Amino acid sequence: MKLHEYEAKELFSKYGVKIPPGRVATTPEEVRKIAEEIGGPVVLKAQVVVAGRGKAGGIKVAKTPEEAYELATKMFGMNIKGLVVKKIYVTKYVEVEREMYLSLIIDRATRRYLFLASPIGGVDIEEIAKTQPEKIKRVYVDPSVGLRDYHVRSIVLWLGFKPETPQWRQASSIVQAMYNIMVDYDAELVESNPLAVTREGDVIPLDARVIVDDNALYKHPELEKALEEDPRDVSEFEMYAKKIGFHYVELDGDVGIIGNGAGLTMATMDLVYHFGGRPANFLDIGGGASRDVVKEALKVLLRHPRVKVIFMNIFGGITRADEVAAGVEAALAEEGGTKKKIVVRMKGTNEELGRQMLAKLGIPLYENAEEAAQKAVELARA
Amino acid sequence: MTVLVGPNTKVVVQGITGREGSFHTQRMLEYGTKVVAGVTPGKGGTTVHGVPVYDTVEEAVRRHGANASVIFVPARFAANAVLEAVDAGVELVVVITEHIPVHETLRAVNYARSRGVTVIGPNCPGLVAPPVRTKLGIMPNNIYQTPGKIAVVSRSGTLTYEISYQLVRAGFGINIAIGVGGDPVVGLDLAEAALRVAQDPDVEGIVVIGEVGGDAEERLAKMYAEGAINKPMVAYVAGRTAPPGKRMGHAGAIVMLGSGDAKSKIEAFRAVGIPVAETPFEVPQLMARQLKR
Repeated sequence: MKLHEYEAKELFSKYGVKIPPGRVATTPEEVRKIAEEIGGPVVLKAQVVVAGRGKAGGIKVAKTPEEAYELATKMFGMNIKGLVVKKIYVTKYVEVEREMYLSLIIDRATRRYLFLASPIGGVDIEEIAKTQPEKIKRVYVDPSVGLRDYHVRSIVLWLGFKPETPQWRQASSIVQAMYNIMVDYDAELVESNPLAVTREGDVIPLDARVIVDDNALYKHPELEKALEEDPRDVSEFEMYAKKIGFHYVELDGDVGIIGNGAGLTMATMDLVYHFGGRPANFLDIGGGASRDVVKEALKVLLRHPRVKVIFMNIFGGITRADEVAAGVEAALAEEGGTKKKIVVRMKGTNEELGRQMLAKLGIPLYENAEEAAQKAVELARA
Repeated sequence: MTVLVGPNTKVVVQGITGREGSFHTQRMLEYGTKVVAGVTPGKGGTTVHGVPVYDTVEEAVRRHGANASVIFVPARFAANAVLEAVDAGVELVVVITEHIPVHETLRAVNYARSRGVTVIGPNCPGLVAPPVRTKLGIMPNNIYQTPGKIAVVSRSGTLTYEISYQLVRAGFGINIAIGVGGDPVVGLDLAEAALRVAQDPDVEGIVVIGEVGGDAEERLAKMYAEGAINKPMVAYVAGRTAPPGKRMGHAGAIVMLGSGDAKSKIEAFRAVGIPVAETPFEVPQLMARQLKR
């Protein structure tokens, strides 16, 4: 779950980090009201969970509440990288002296927490890694040891602060807060970019990003609730898929893909691409899918406006071919048939039974996945 | 013998009375696996498919000499199940369970490693070794009937079955197939699994099945280039068409912070002389060429 900036900032604040005063608004009137309350120039920040909002026009400075109102009328409803702006975070404008980068992730290779720190900030870490890789410091923290004094010291020194100054202490407490948020909230990412030194000399997270592990959401009911009320970057199809129990990712082609297992489904997409086609989606029915899951999954693609051909690639083990065929039959019955072409390749458990069931529906079963993929691509072109 | 399991591997199934645990215990027994005990707290004293059930792993180990464990416990309790197995003294733990919070996996896996225990998974199909008729996992039995000299290490389940099937059809036999798991943090990662199987004198060739996310494939390529592995290898990487920032079914299959895309993995393999199959179906052909058959 990707937290909005205002939610992430609230977390930082909860952990004792000083943040610029601000509130989130859902209407231009509210934006004006908050701007009046804060007083002076304010920043309007579109709350969409993508990087690079600024360049896309999602961050604006307003000198007066009236200007804030005007800007907000344009910003609400704006489409930024596929996401519609429904919330605007209005915060006090602060003059910035210096920008840094600080993030915390889980390092897969060492199985430790990893801080990435750079005295240059405001741009993506990819950008820094490309242009000035020597500026990135990596500090690993073993989860069984936890964050220690010396970890914090090496990060804060690297960011350019002098020991035992007020700024040093502020920066240290931000490092500590980020670590605590990471652990307490089961986060995959805690980032402050830019982390800034203001004209007044305060160290503050000017922007904040937190991504919480979806598998741990049950431990944080308040976040679960927030996600339900505001699904952020999850499409309607993806929400539906999650409810039924399969994985769905939207892509932009016209060949609908259904597979079982993440790896095989990705390989099926790649196969379609290999033969010159374009996958419309990734849809993994998972292991041991029942006919109901197959039915609901297929219905999604039958109704999908962009999908011309549906290519199912099932390698049965726990998943049974007859169960899959029954799901196909039920989906077609509920939809009253379809004009879309369906290409099925199925191997494994109860294959023969599945073949007979599909034959009755006039759907031929392919033994060879390459042949089936070629056929699907050919039909999509026709 | 294989590197991870052999004739003396005695298995305890944690979560044996659940739907999955019970179903796959039967399949493991049918395959020939020595499943000696099961564990479900509160169900001690019962049996599942003739296998005695205990309340603790410690008891299963004490009474039956179990030295390996397969975990089918629900996600909320699975990390604890790993810790329990480690403390009970087993040497190998296979975690089938999906959706374990990654911070919990992190702690459990680190604890196990500090005690010298090998963890496969979580979110994995497990491992199967046809030469010793032993399976700790959920792979379909019928594909793993032909023992031989090819090791398959993979981040995916069904794709492992698919490629194993293609290998067997092409006349190869399997020494061991290990699905290391689709989560971002796993006990034994793809690179370590390849390194382990390479140490087996019975293994002639290694098939590596990678996917988007992380850098295990790149690390493996580096190990190969440095000579840590000196056996013929063939790779396949799933997810060439996966868009950045989206999880492709597996929690670990995500292109993030500018790294982990299929292209860089494929390039890393090719740069060190490991051929990469364009499709899963090309793997046997490439392996035959590697082994000069």
